[in-house]
Amino acid sequence: MVQHEQPDRRGFLTKLLAVACGGLATLVPAGAGLWAFLDPLRRRGGGAQLIQVTEIAAVPDDGLPRRFAVVADRKDAWTGYSAEPIGAVWLRRDQGSETVRALSATCPHAGCSVDMAPGGNCFRCPCHNSEFTFDGGMVPPSPSPRAMDALECEVGKDGAVSVQWRKFRAGVAEKVAQS
Amino acid sequence: MSDTNRRAAPAAGQGPLGRLADFLDDRTGYRALVHEALFERVPGGARWRYVWGSTLVFAFMTQVITGLFLWANYAPSAQTAWESVYYIQHEMTGGWLLRGIHHFMAQAMVVLLALHLLQVVIDGAYKAPREVNFWLGLVLMMLVLGMALTGYLLPWDQKGYWATIVATNLAGIVPFAGPSLQQLVVGGPDYGHLTLTRFFALHAGFLPATLVLFLVVHLALFRKHGLHARQPVTRPDAMFWPDQVLKDAVAMLAVMAVVMGVILVPAVRTMLAGGEVDWGHVGAELGAPADPSESYAAARPEWYFLFLFQFLKVFEGWGATGEFLGAIVVPGLIMAVMFLMPILGNWRLGHRFNVAFTLGILAGAGLLTALALNEDYCSLWIDKASLADAEKLHAETGGDHEKIAAALGDDPVRIAAMRKQLAKLEAYRNSQAFLAASRQAEIDAARAVELAGRPERIPPTGALDLVRHDPLSRGPRLFGLLEGKDCASCHAHVDPQAADAATRVAAASAPNLHGFGTAGWVRGLLDPERVAGPEYFGNTAHKDGDMAGYVRDEMADAEKWKPAEIEAVAVALAAEAGLPDPTATAAQVEQGRALIAAVDRCGSCHNFHDNGTGLGTAPDLTGWGGREWIAGIVANPAQERFYGDGNDRMPAFEKLLSTEQIGLIADWLRGSWYRSGTAHHHAAD
Ligand code: FES
Repeated sequence: MVQHEQPDRRGFLTKLLAVACGGLATLVPAGAGLWAFLDPLRRRGGGAQLIQVTEIAAVPDDGLPRRFAVVADRKDAWTGYSAEPIGAVWLRRDQGSETVRALSATCPHAGCSVDMAPGGNCFRCPCHNSEFTFDGGMVPPSPSPRAMDALECEVGKDGAVSVQWRKFRAGVAEKVAQS
Repeated sequence: MSDTNRRAAPAAGQGPLGRLADFLDDRTGYRALVHEALFERVPGGARWRYVWGSTLVFAFMTQVITGLFLWANYAPSAQTAWESVYYIQHEMTGGWLLRGIHHFMAQAMVVLLALHLLQVVIDGAYKAPREVNFWLGLVLMMLVLGMALTGYLLPWDQKGYWATIVATNLAGIVPFAGPSLQQLVVGGPDYGHLTLTRFFALHAGFLPATLVLFLVVHLALFRKHGLHARQPVTRPDAMFWPDQVLKDAVAMLAVMAVVMGVILVPAVRTMLAGGEVDWGHVGAELGAPADPSESYAAARPEWYFLFLFQFLKVFEGWGATGEFLGAIVVPGLIMAVMFLMPILGNWRLGHRFNVAFTLGILAGAGLLTALALNEDYCSLWIDKASLADAEKLHAETGGDHEKIAAALGDDPVRIAAMRKQLAKLEAYRNSQAFLAASRQAEIDAARAVELAGRPERIPPTGALDLVRHDPLSRGPRLFGLLEGKDCASCHAHVDPQAADAATRVAAASAPNLHGFGTAGWVRGLLDPERVAGPEYFGNTAHKDGDMAGYVRDEMADAEKWKPAEIEAVAVALAAEAGLPDPTATAAQVEQGRALIAAVDRCGSCHNFHDNGTGLGTAPDLTGWGGREWIAGIVANPAQERFYGDGNDRMPAFEKLLSTEQIGLIADWLRGSWYRSGTAHHHAAD
C-alpha cells in the first residue's frame, strides 16, 4: 500500500511545488508593478481651497451670471504650476445686493464646461444639452443627475470675491465632494 | 524511414538553395508548419464574404506598424504630447502620412469589426463548436474599442481631452469600484501627465498585448474548426492558398486604398484647384493644445462613439438612474446578449433572434449617430425664415410659457404648433452655437500650429503656454469679442470694410477700436463728419465734448487747419504709437509732432512730451497708442494722464484683469502678434 501511494503523493507534491514556485516567481514582478500602479489611489486632490476670483465691482448687480477663471497654484505629478487657471465659476449678484452667489462651471453630468445658452436666458452644457437656470437648478428634461454645484462664496471687506473651490463627483445624484 | 520519406517529398530542394531549405526543414520542420498554415481546405471554394476577418488582422498589423513608428517619435506628458504630435504632423518628413494612416485605419477597423460581426452572426458561424471563438471575438472587439478610446486622448488636444473627461467620468459612475477605477486610469484626482502615461501604456502596451494573445487563440481555433462554410455547399472545395489568400489580399489592398483615399482626396482636390498643399494639414487633425480652463463647446467623441454619446441624451430627465442606465446598464446588457448568442442560437428561433438583434443594434447605433449629427449640423439645412415667427415671439416673451400662451390667445392648437416651432428654434440655435464653436476650434488649432512653428520653437513649458500668452488668441477673448461682454459690451471692434460694419458699430456705445493707433483711425477721429458719429464719440458722454467740438469747429475750417496738417497729425500720432503709416514721410511726421505739441493747436489741451501743457485737461498724447499707453488707459482711464474726472463709463480694469492680461489686450489692439508669413488665417472678428 505504502509503496503504491508514495509515487502518487510525490507526484502531487512535485506538481504543487512546481506551480507554487513558478507562481511565486511571477507574482513578484506582477505584484511590484501593481503596487506602483495603484499609487494614484492614495493621492488626494487639494480638498477645498479658498481662492480669490475677482472683485465685487466686476460682478454687476444685474442678476446675470458672469464667468470667472479660478486661478491657483497646481501640481501635476512632478510638475508644479504657479498661478494656473484650474477651473471656472459663474458668479451672480442681484440688484443692490452685496452677496455674490457662485456656481462651479463644471457640469455635474460628465464634467464638460457649462456655458451660457445661445439664447442667453439659462445655462447650457454643450456636451449633452443639460440646461440649468441661473440659480443652477435643472431645467428638465436634462441628462444631468443633479443641479449645478454651488460653491461657498465670500466677499471680503476690500471687495475681494473668493470661492471655496472644490470638485464634485460627476454623474451621481448627490453632490459628493471629491477627495 | 520517415527521414527518407520527408527528404523524398516533392518540396525537396535541388541545388545549393534547395539543400539549405532541406537543412532548415530538418532542424525546424518549417515545411510542415507552412503547409499547415496555407493548405487549408475551403469548403465550397474561396469567397469574398470570408475576407472580413483577414482584413481585420491586416488592419491590426497596419496599426502595429504605424503605431511603433509613431511611438518612436511620441512623448507622453502634458508638456510634450501635443508638441511631439505637432512635430510628427507638421515637421517630420512623411509624418502626416504615418499619422494619417494610423488615424484612419483605426476608423476602418471599427467599420470592419462591425462587418465581420455581422457576417459571423448572419452565417451562424458562432454556433457549436465555434462558441468559444465567438466569445474570443467579442473580447477582441472590446479591446479594439478600448484602443480607439485611449488613442483619442494621446495627442492631448482639446477634443481628445474633453472627450476623455466625459468618458472617464462615466467610468466613475460604475457602482462601488467606479471612482477607484476612474482614479486609476486618470492617474490621480486630476488629469495630467499620468493620464497620458497611463492611457499610452494601455493603448500601446496592455491592450495590444492582450489583443495579440486573444488573436492567436482566435486564429488557432479558427484553423482548428476550419472555415465556417456558407451552406449549402454547391461549388467544389478550393485551397486556402492561393485561392482565398488572393481574395483576402485584394480586400486588404482595397482597405488600404480607401484609407489612402480618405487621407489624400482633400489634398488632391486642392491641387486640382491649383492651390498649394500644406501637408501638415493633410490626414489626421490636430486641435489646439488641451486647456483645462478653456471650455470647449465643440467637445464630441470620435464618430464611432457618437451613438453612445447620443444615447445618454435619450435618458434626459431620468437623473442619475438615466445616466447609469445609458452609460452602463444598457451597453452592458447588449454585450451580455451578444455573449449569450451561441447559446441562444441552439433554439429554433434563436438564430433569427440573434440576426435580428445584431441588425437592430447596428441600425439603432446608426440612427443615434444620425440624430447626433442632425442636432449638431441642423442649422445648415433648417430654413431660418420658417422660424421667424417663433423667433419674434421668443424675443418678445423671453420664452416665458404663460406669456407665450397669452400672446397666442390661449388657443391650444396654436400653442402646440408654436411649441414645435420654438423647439426647432432652440435646436437651430444650439446647432449654430456648435458650428461656431467648431469654427473657433479650427481657428485656435491653426493658430497653435502657427505659434509652434516659430523659429524660436516651443518653450519647455509647452505649447499651451504659447497660446495663453498669444495676443491674437487671447485678445479677442479678454476683450469679450465673441460674447459681447467686457470691453466689447461697450466698444465695437469691427473692420470698417466688413459688410455689416455700420450696424455693428452703431449698436456699440463706445468707440470702434479696430485699428486703434493707426493713422487711419486718427484720420477718422479728426474728420468733422465722423468724430461725433458712432465710430468715435457719438454714443458716449464725449459726443458734445471739447474734442468733438474742436474737430467740428476748428479742424473743419480749412483756414485754421489745412488738410495736409491734419494728415501730418494723423501720421505723427501713428508714429508715436509705433505703428507708422506706410505713406508717411519723415518730414510729415516732424510737422505733425510740431502741430501736436504746439500750444495753439492740439497742445492747447493735450500734453505732448515737454510742451508744458501738463496733465488734467485732455489725455496725454505722449506715447499715444503705444503698448504702455493703452495698458495704462485700460488699467485706469480716470487717471489724470487720461480722462481724469471726465472719464465716461469705462471701468478701471486693473481691478479685474492682471497686468499681463491687460498687456495682451493692448498687443491685440495694436495688431502686434507673431506672424509666420505663410499663415492661412483667422480674422478673429
Ligand atoms: S457633460 Fe454636461 S451635459 Fe453631459
